[in-house]
Amino acid sequence: MLSISNITKIYPSKSGGSPTIALEDVTFKVEKPEFVSIVGKSGSGKTTLLRLILAEEQPTNGRIFFENQDIQKIKKSQIYKLRRRIGTVFQDYKLFQTKTAYENIAYVMQVVGAQDKEIKRDLPEILSIVGLEDKANNFPNELSGGEKQRVAIARALVHRPDFILADEPTGNLDPYNTFEVMKILIKIYELGTSVILASHDKEIINFLKKRVITLENGKIIRDDQKGRFIL
Amino acid sequence: MSTFIKRIIRAGWISLKRNIWLGVAQIIVMMMVVLLVSFFFIFNKASDVLISKIQEKVDISVYFKSDTDSEKIFSLKSDLSKLSEIKTATYISKDDALESFMKKHMGDTVLIDSLNEVGENPFLASLSIQARNASQYAKIQSFLDKPEYKDIIDRVDYFQRKPVIDKIFFVTSSINKGTLIFSIILFVLAFLVALNTIRVAIYNSKDEIATMRLVGASNFFIRDPFIIQGIFLGLIAAALSFILVFVVSFFLDGKIRMLDPEIKLIEIFFSSFWMILFLQALTGVGLGIVSSVVGIRKYLNV
Repeated sequence: MLSISNITKIYPSKSGGSPTIALEDVTFKVEKPEFVSIVGKSGSGKTTLLRLILAEEQPTNGRIFFENQDIQKIKKSQIYKLRRRIGTVFQDYKLFQTKTAYENIAYVMQVVGAQDKEIKRDLPEILSIVGLEDKANNFPNELSGGEKQRVAIARALVHRPDFILADEPTGNLDPYNTFEVMKILIKIYELGTSVILASHDKEIINFLKKRVITLENGKIIRDDQKGRFIL
Repeated sequence: MSTFIKRIIRAGWISLKRNIWLGVAQIIVMMMVVLLVSFFFIFNKASDVLISKIQEKVDISVYFKSDTDSEKIFSLKSDLSKLSEIKTATYISKDDALESFMKKHMGDTVLIDSLNEVGENPFLASLSIQARNASQYAKIQSFLDKPEYKDIIDRVDYFQRKPVIDKIFFVTSSINKGTLIFSIILFVLAFLVALNTIRVAIYNSKDEIATMRLVGASNFFIRDPFIIQGIFLGLIAAALSFILVFVVSFFLDGKIRMLDPEIKLIEIFFSSFWMILFLQALTGVGLGIVSSVVGIRKYLNV
């Protein structure tokens, strides 16, 4: 379903210094449905990898295939079609500050062209999955960190994407909210959606007991089907 | 209406309501441009009144030889009337000229006595000609220079009047040119200020625009609500400007009339009611659309 093939990403130095190698010859596949954790220290290339999958950036070398489609070959004006098939959760939530929790989630459904009646039907359900029925009309600045992240997950999930990319989704959360968010991600996976989770949280990874890809200095040093956080 | 259009209109309107203070700042700078356009329009109308009033005071007279048959004069008059440059051509007979001279100098016994001394009417029949524009007198003069009129025309006083005519032509065309250049410069400046304010407002939303792209929104779905918001802002700016122009015209009307009774601001306002409304809406909406499109363009390349 998602195939990363010999990906290298090099950032040239603007000041004439030596270039930064963010990823080097990275290759792996994700079949559907799968829960894959990508672990590594800060700067190991986790976020770069997710940005490449989202076509926010182009790799220096290598290819990324999404269901046999080479995503580097997608025109800039058509990239939105790829992104509609991927739900994204960010560490800093990236919620629309001038939209309520309900509108934040509904926006994605509008983007994919859902009818108003579908939005009215699905939104309460998704809000109950993330436990935010009573916060639907609150703006992001009226929500706690955990609630914001749950809105972000609901937004990533509501249009039933093929898989979810979560970049350090618990990075700003306390242990209780971390656990809540992870429970939701596991539930999504169990309902049949692939999840790619980038994290440097040892406890979470060890708790999951799922596939773990370990990155170090931009290279894959380990890819275990029932992995643990080992650095 | 399709769901897409309904959604972008709604999104634009809600965004405007929720960012009302930013909107107020944008409306104020847009009003600056709209007001500038409106006042130049009214100023132009008022200066037209003034210029045509000055030009009406200018004419040239064609004097005919004393034995000229009045039929020939009328034939020349009708030839002249066919020229597009001619605004009026008035025939003044020998008797009319005498009568008007007598009236003008009624109390001046020396002049009247000397006129009586001459014994006969010394005045010549003439045509008093007004051109539509001060620059056209030279052309009329050359028309009158044609050989077929040589026998009947005694003289044309164009050359005596030329310095005055030229001066008036220079002043009126300078006013027109000056107003145009000044208004273009001010308009461009105000337009750039408004454009920049709206760009700054869109810059505020750049992170949200980036997120919209990441969640799969097409460029149309991102950009169009900003354009709709720009149109709403432009329409509000135009409506407020319209009220302001009316209030200012109303209060200045009396004062301007004291300077020149023929410049009636309120009359200009009402006679150009739809034109002003159209100009203002066009400027406001145009500015809203252009600045939104320009402002958002670079953030759509995420």
